[in-house]
Amino acid sequence: MKYMLLMQFSTATADFPTIDTWTPEEIQAHIGFMRDTNAKLSAAGELVDAQGLAMPDTAKIVRSHGGGAPVVTEGPFPETKEWVAGWWIVDCETSERAVEIAAAVSAAPGPGGAPLNMPIEVRQVMSAPTEEL
Amino acid sequence: MPVEAVPVDDLLRELAPQVVGVLTRRFGDFTAAEDAVQEALLAAAVQWPEEGIPGNPRGWLIQVAQRRMTEEVRSEQARRRREDQVARQVPDDRRAAPAADAEDAAGRDDTLTLLFLCCHPVLSPPSALALALRCVGGLTTAEIARAFMVPEATMGQRISRAKQRIKASGVPFRMPERDGWAERLDAVLHVLYLIFNEGYATSVGDDLQRVELAREAIRLTRAVQALLPEDSEVAGLLALMLLTHARSPARTGPGGELIPLAEQDRGRWDGAAIAEGIALITAALPRGPVGPYQVQAAIAAVHDEAATAAETDWPQILALYGVLERISENPVVGLNRVVATAMVHGPQAGLSALDALAADPRLKGHHRVTVVRAHLLEMAGDRAGAAELFRAASRATASLPERHHLAIRAARLAGPDGAGTGGTAGPAA
Repeated sequence: MKYMLLMQFSTATADFPTIDTWTPEEIQAHIGFMRDTNAKLSAAGELVDAQGLAMPDTAKIVRSHGGGAPVVTEGPFPETKEWVAGWWIVDCETSERAVEIAAAVSAAPGPGGAPLNMPIEVRQVMSAPTEEL
Repeated sequence: MPVEAVPVDDLLRELAPQVVGVLTRRFGDFTAAEDAVQEALLAAAVQWPEEGIPGNPRGWLIQVAQRRMTEEVRSEQARRRREDQVARQVPDDRRAAPAADAEDAAGRDDTLTLLFLCCHPVLSPPSALALALRCVGGLTTAEIARAFMVPEATMGQRISRAKQRIKASGVPFRMPERDGWAERLDAVLHVLYLIFNEGYATSVGDDLQRVELAREAIRLTRAVQALLPEDSEVAGLLALMLLTHARSPARTGPGGELIPLAEQDRGRWDGAAIAEGIALITAALPRGPVGPYQVQAAIAAVHDEAATAAETDWPQILALYGVLERISENPVVGLNRVVATAMVHGPQAGLSALDALAADPRLKGHHRVTVVRAHLLEMAGDRAGAAELFRAASRATASLPERHHLAIRAARLAGPDGAGTGGTAGPAA
């Protein structure tokens, strides 16, 4: 079963300063943790995809507009308080395993090496109908 | 990272375009020839490592691919009940595999013809790139898909659409006419350069280097250079790739983080690749005409020749960027010239030059402008201003390794004085 693990960043709930205020060592420890995590998931045959997203300041919002030219709104959006920072797609046996991976990722180190405890949303990726249907 | 690789893979990639060329000329159908050769390559990739490389690997591939094509032709004939007519169109003697010792010069020229075909102006650069890697590079669709991080089915579609476009355009399988030659060679070199860059400094995703693509680009450029040894820009491009690729072992740290040129451990650079690149560019420059690849190679050579970052001959680099700016359309060249200006004449001169350059509308909103300004402010001793701009730039880049690198540079500057060793000689890596 495939699961998408969404790393949510919320200015309301994050109780740590943004990464650009950490020390170089803290940033390197964080990057190293993420690389190790991906390498382990890959070695276990569970990693499908992992991507980070550019900052929401660079985002655009596009809406089609009744057959005319689409309406494109350029960021930054001052009202943005929460955004998806990145995601993993993992392919694992059970939903418990997906939760376990999410918990490991959530504990990525931040300032002073303390776990960030970032909220990770676990969503099952929809698949083809099962045999029983 | 060594430029040599697994012998079977390299052999297959070298032979693939030759075999496609032979079959295309024989059957007059590029698309079918290309498909048949892919199957022959897969068979070879499985059999050769186990059973050994056959005495005449090229003949083996031609025979297997030709059998496949003949089968295709036959099933087509059966379906349309036109066996007798089509059989007459393919004389028996043209179906026979060449003698084992038939080593014709056409094989080498076919490689170049195929490259010209793949880099056809009807194709967008991403399509031309994918097609060239498959037809000329001999990579499988799955390998290309992995290198570009797209699903295999997507890459398969991209390649087959590219082939259809070439077919629809009715381009014959031969070298372009003499007057179209230079323009097409430019397109070929551009595609090779893009393949190298894609492998070297990818703008998406989290792997800083995908060595396979860079290596493949070097291999293909080497092949073109062997066919056109007198062309100074071909030599310049090959030299540029070698001189840049030589630094890749030192370009990333243990955690995968980007290490800028000034901080790299030069002992880890590939001395043989540097020597080859320097020899190439030294021979090419006096031959002329001088083009942008040669100038970029010359700049890379000046960097590679310096035993330490502090010994870099910046006045020469500044002069070369001046030349490059005059013959190149790319505004990013100007940014590099600004950095060189600051290294020669000091940060204030650099900042003035940057102000003038930043007015170029093509650079509007480009995060590299912010990076260069931050770097110059750091040189000028404005740590707080530099840190703020490095932070802004780290939020604007779409490259994850670069984002981390810039965040770390900002963090070093924000820390107590003297805490960091922050890049002191250029943001270029």
